[in-house]
Amino acid sequence: MKIAVCVKHVPEGHGRIEPGSKRLDRSGEGALNHFDANAVEEALRLKGDGDGEVVVISMGPDRAADSLRKALAMGADRAVLVSDEAAAGADLVATSKVLAGALARESADLVLFGQQASDADGAVLWAAVAERLRRPVVSQAAEVTVDGGRVRVKRQTEFGYDVIEAPLPAVVAVSDAINEPRYPSLKGIMGAKKKPFETISVSDTGVDASEAGEAGSKTEVLALGDPPARGDARKIEGDANAAQAIVDFLAEKRLI
Amino acid sequence: MSVLVFVEHHDGELQKGSLGVLAKAATLGDADAVLVGDGVRELAAGAGRFGAKTVHVADDASLAAPLSQPRVDVLATLAGNYDAVFFANSVLAADVAAGLAARLDAGLNWDLVDVTADFTGKRPALQDSVLVDVGWRSTPRLALFRSGSFDPHETGVEAEVRDVTVALEAFSTETTMAEQAHAEASGPSIEDADVIVAGGRGLGAPENFTLAEELARALGGAVGATRAVVDAGWYPYSAQIGQTGKTVSPKLYVALGISGAIQHKVGMQSSNVIVAINKDPNAPIFEFSDLGVVGDVHEIVPKLTELVNQRKS
Repeated sequence: MKIAVCVKHVPEGHGRIEPGSKRLDRSGEGALNHFDANAVEEALRLKGDGDGEVVVISMGPDRAADSLRKALAMGADRAVLVSDEAAAGADLVATSKVLAGALARESADLVLFGQQASDADGAVLWAAVAERLRRPVVSQAAEVTVDGGRVRVKRQTEFGYDVIEAPLPAVVAVSDAINEPRYPSLKGIMGAKKKPFETISVSDTGVDASEAGEAGSKTEVLALGDPPARGDARKIEGDANAAQAIVDFLAEKRLI
Repeated sequence: MSVLVFVEHHDGELQKGSLGVLAKAATLGDADAVLVGDGVRELAAGAGRFGAKTVHVADDASLAAPLSQPRVDVLATLAGNYDAVFFANSVLAADVAAGLAARLDAGLNWDLVDVTADFTGKRPALQDSVLVDVGWRSTPRLALFRSGSFDPHETGVEAEVRDVTVALEAFSTETTMAEQAHAEASGPSIEDADVIVAGGRGLGAPENFTLAEELARALGGAVGATRAVVDAGWYPYSAQIGQTGKTVSPKLYVALGISGAIQHKVGMQSSNVIVAINKDPNAPIFEFSDLGVVGDVHEIVPKLTELVNQRKS
């Protein structure tokens, strides 16, 4: 079984929006989106000791290679990075087009995503990619099993647990409750350097540059402002008088 | 301006979140609703009472399971007639919205808390440290709204009901629901509680949930839990608050030993007053609490419960 995992390289710590371009500042240190580590882990678990292949795919700046190398160090077999100035500033429509193009080159049996991107809080990409690939999609997977050319997913929704089945090839987005991602071993980190790593352009994905990146985007950021303040947020430390301080606060707010 | 609203339903009930979005859409212009499912025609009048002028009904046995892709097929036939298509965020709605965005090459903005009459979306971003104005470069404009952004408004007007028949794409029907979740009907729902005391991993052990229960009793509230403790079997799923689980907006939310992960935050951030007790001074929950207490729940909560009880007597 061939499994493709889509991963994102996200800024570390608190993000910052660059006021000029109104894009997320991606110049600082970055890391593998931790929600995507769950998807990599699940792919490795599903592959097990079998013959399959796990390929990790990302769209991002050159430094996104760091996140793909981390996935390789965890145990993925091969990496593909779509890195192209033409892909920068992409929204959902443009990103899903390029990623679907990159995935179409792979013809994986199963495409996995993590539950969301920790920088943009987006939790939608898989459904757009599945639509473009014309494949079945299931999200919020808390358990995934593959058997006889079908994938069976137990997922958590607002109402409890659903069990959903789909034939392969399929697209599945896993929840961060599905597993505990492994840490790369030293051997894994050393081995990752020798694994196949391909960097491709937008045109390699079969998408015209006018449909990628900011040019192909259908949404835009118009302005940045301060959020409404949460009133007079207060913080107190120490246990000694904390209980009394809380009671005073609740009384002041007329909650008790 | 015309807006189509995807109205979600579960176990025969229209979901409050989508009725809230419908109320908002009705303030922008003509708001219509679309209902998709099996036996949903009887719910159409309800959607009308909450502000829809026309209710499009796709009622078919093949649409019974709440799966996203057949719903994309239905909405794709209607969306072209509207300036915008709105969704209240949910596991299902997010997948429908994103699938529709790809089908129509239409822009989707998510996590919006408001939208203006000229279609500028308001979106808190980067842990709510910045409020971003977002726009659309094409129509229909697709928008997913954060849970609890708008309250439903009953207008009592009768809607026109129109049937929609749709030929589903082959790939849209490949996914099947083997078992479907149903909301548990036991006890008063935490969604209606004025006060919620919620516990997380920081309680340390399942038996320590008594701390949350005793404080909840003192405050006249209900007990909630994070996904982490529900997954660990410390507390039942019916009490889970978060992205998967309940969305609540009580007058008072007391978070005990909860770090404030995004999964939890989206389910409770619209609470009026948030009080958090956590021993980690860097816990994200302090960034959106009105009162943050850095300390040990095991020390503080019993005293707090006692003081609240004393005050009542």
